[in-house]
Amino acid sequence: MSWKKSIVSTLKNAALTIALSLSVTSIANSEALGEPEKEELKFGFIKLTDMAPIAVAYENGYFEDEGLYVTIEAQANWKVLLNGVIDGSLDGAHMLAGQPIAATMGYGTKAHIITPFSMDLNGNAITVSNDTWKKMKPNIPKMADGRPVHPIKADSLKPVIDQYKDEGKPFKMGMVFPVSTHNYELRYWLAAGGIHPGYYAPHKGDSSGQIDADALLSVTPPPQMPSTMEAGTIEGYCVGEPWNQQAVFKNIGVPVVTDYEVWKDNPEKVFGITAEFAAKYPNTTVRLTRALIRAAKWLDENNNANRPAAVKILSQSNYVGADYDVIANSMTGTFEYEKGDKRAVPDFNVFFRYNATYPYYSDAIWYLTQMRRWGQISEDKSDQWYKDLAAKVYRPDIYVAAAKSLIADKIIPANEFPDFATETGFKSPQKHFIDDTVYDGTQPNAYLEKFKIGLKKGDKL
Amino acid sequence: MNSTTVNINSPSQAERLMNMSKKIVSKFTDVMLLPMVGIAIFLFLWNISAKSIHTSLGEFPGPNAVIEQFYSLYDEHVTEGKKAEAFYQRQEVRNAAKLAKNPNYVAKIRTYTGKETFLDQIITSLVTVTAGFLLAAIIAIPLGIWMGLNKRLNSAFNPIVQVFKPVSPLAWLPLVTMVVSALYVSDDPMVSKSFLTSMITVSLCSLWPMLINTSIGVSSIDSDLLNVSKVLRLPTLTHIQKIVLPASVPMIFTGMRLSFGVAWMVLIAAEMLAQNPGLGKFVWDEFQNGSSNSLARIMAAVIVIGFIGFLLDRVMLQIQQKVSWDKSL
Repeated sequence: MSWKKSIVSTLKNAALTIALSLSVTSIANSEALGEPEKEELKFGFIKLTDMAPIAVAYENGYFEDEGLYVTIEAQANWKVLLNGVIDGSLDGAHMLAGQPIAATMGYGTKAHIITPFSMDLNGNAITVSNDTWKKMKPNIPKMADGRPVHPIKADSLKPVIDQYKDEGKPFKMGMVFPVSTHNYELRYWLAAGGIHPGYYAPHKGDSSGQIDADALLSVTPPPQMPSTMEAGTIEGYCVGEPWNQQAVFKNIGVPVVTDYEVWKDNPEKVFGITAEFAAKYPNTTVRLTRALIRAAKWLDENNNANRPAAVKILSQSNYVGADYDVIANSMTGTFEYEKGDKRAVPDFNVFFRYNATYPYYSDAIWYLTQMRRWGQISEDKSDQWYKDLAAKVYRPDIYVAAAKSLIADKIIPANEFPDFATETGFKSPQKHFIDDTVYDGTQPNAYLEKFKIGLKKGDKL
Repeated sequence: MNSTTVNINSPSQAERLMNMSKKIVSKFTDVMLLPMVGIAIFLFLWNISAKSIHTSLGEFPGPNAVIEQFYSLYDEHVTEGKKAEAFYQRQEVRNAAKLAKNPNYVAKIRTYTGKETFLDQIITSLVTVTAGFLLAAIIAIPLGIWMGLNKRLNSAFNPIVQVFKPVSPLAWLPLVTMVVSALYVSDDPMVSKSFLTSMITVSLCSLWPMLINTSIGVSSIDSDLLNVSKVLRLPTLTHIQKIVLPASVPMIFTGMRLSFGVAWMVLIAAEMLAQNPGLGKFVWDEFQNGSSNSLARIMAAVIVIGFIGFLLDRVMLQIQQKVSWDKSL
């Protein structure tokens, strides 16, 4: 028994020293911020690699540094997760960027959800089944070495869908949620190639989103995407990692395009809490934002040097739980398209660079324009309406409070954040879309007029 | 004469010895050897067939892969235990620091926030199934006795019992989930909603065998016994206590044993869907993870589920034999 005791006592000592050093930092912080009003928190997530900031903030002790005792729990699907946050069984969660916006607007379940922290940029891809890939491949231009030229546009998929139509068969694809980034990205990619992804008509009670559709999109939870495609229920899907890379490993499909190529550095997940929570527990809200910012910085630090360690955390069964190699493929800066065709995509997952964590109004407005484009918002709205709703959901004020205290505590230098004195919350017009359409967040209605496929001013289904 | 008796006796003694040793050997074969052979054949067939099944998550796990996962699950439990210890240490230090700064601070020790290990999940499952079963027993046994005593009540209730008895837990679960979230609202809940949902689903499914067996047991008591009670003019409670209960105990316990079996089977499905952190959730999570170890881990869980189910049944059997006056059952 003595050896056991000695191990325990050394462990205790080690833990004590670590704890002491940690508590010193937390004492320094707490002077400026005040104690958290609620210390025990429960956060939900979906098994996707971009939940990493939450897992890292827990494992690296950033939550505890803020005096927060956080339990992290995987959720079955996005709807369960959102309901959990609304009914209070979860204090906060890893959310699709569209979820807080749609909930606040009242599309689906109505609840005032806000976000003080944008979790990451990019990180999704569109995968098609082996069979569809075989039919698509002849339509794709090739490079000298025989590999397809990227980015692959949906133009090459159009003949395949036309063939399905001639045969009277539906062409089905999966996405993860009606207001998910994946839905809008998949729609954007399809529409840019002349394939109509279908309209929603909520005022008529139609929430299938398949009116006038060439390709029928439906909802499947992320972890079940590969098995649903393997079963032949869908021909392709748009989802986050590791579920595209898993299709390659399982030899059941081929990722054709990443969302980085559809819209370079697009906002992906956010951290969502209720407005009520933020009002009731202001210190807790700022503190959890601090922990998440630190985690995001750790993930991108020194040119992704910590990514292998992060992948190791994520591959634990209570987080994402997929194999190390599968997660590492996309997290460490490469992406495998067709089996063996591994290409460098250093910005496939961005957590902190390019001010990824700042909640930009213009990001929220982009999602709103797409909701209008596909009929989820059934009537015209003024530019001001877009801006007001974005300001109601995206809360840079909380982010700035957290960031400023981190700067004051000398944990992160000021030059790693946007210049808060001049930041308006609107990114300058963005050019890098797969169809070269320019997006200016201050002019949502003018942006909508630029699309060939999609609802425009005055259109109503 | 002597020599003859010895001659006659000694072979019979030898025979007896032979018989005894034969009996021991045959008992040994029955109890030990044959099951061993059975298990060996099973392992062999499992090993062979596993190698020829290729899933998209790799080869179907054979016995070796599963044993490996048992070790790794145990290792995870040990590592998590150490992390929990460090967590409590840090918390104490932090609380002490807070107290030093603010003497009015009410220090509180929070339970470990890390993940549940396989062993924790087994315990959660056992607690949930026992709670669900006890709830069912509290309802079913008194109701069953009442129905057994009262023929009219029995005819009135019988159709309901027959209709609800074959309902699968999966059909109950969405209803239970919604009712629990609607009615169980509290700021500081004692138990989680997922626990309640699983527990109630287990109760709803394990109610029926107990109810039916109890009512049959009570209604089929020997009429002599009932007549004795009538002659003595026993009050109802004494009648139940002295006559009905002792007479129907074997049937009640048969019902309870059946119910416990049902409860354990239902629990796994309920936990999968309600996300109660027990064995069912373990299986579901591993299925969702889709790592190369997932199938072996699920197989390990299958073996543990089976083994625990077997042990629970044995325990119930022992209790049944202890309390029953009729040892032939």
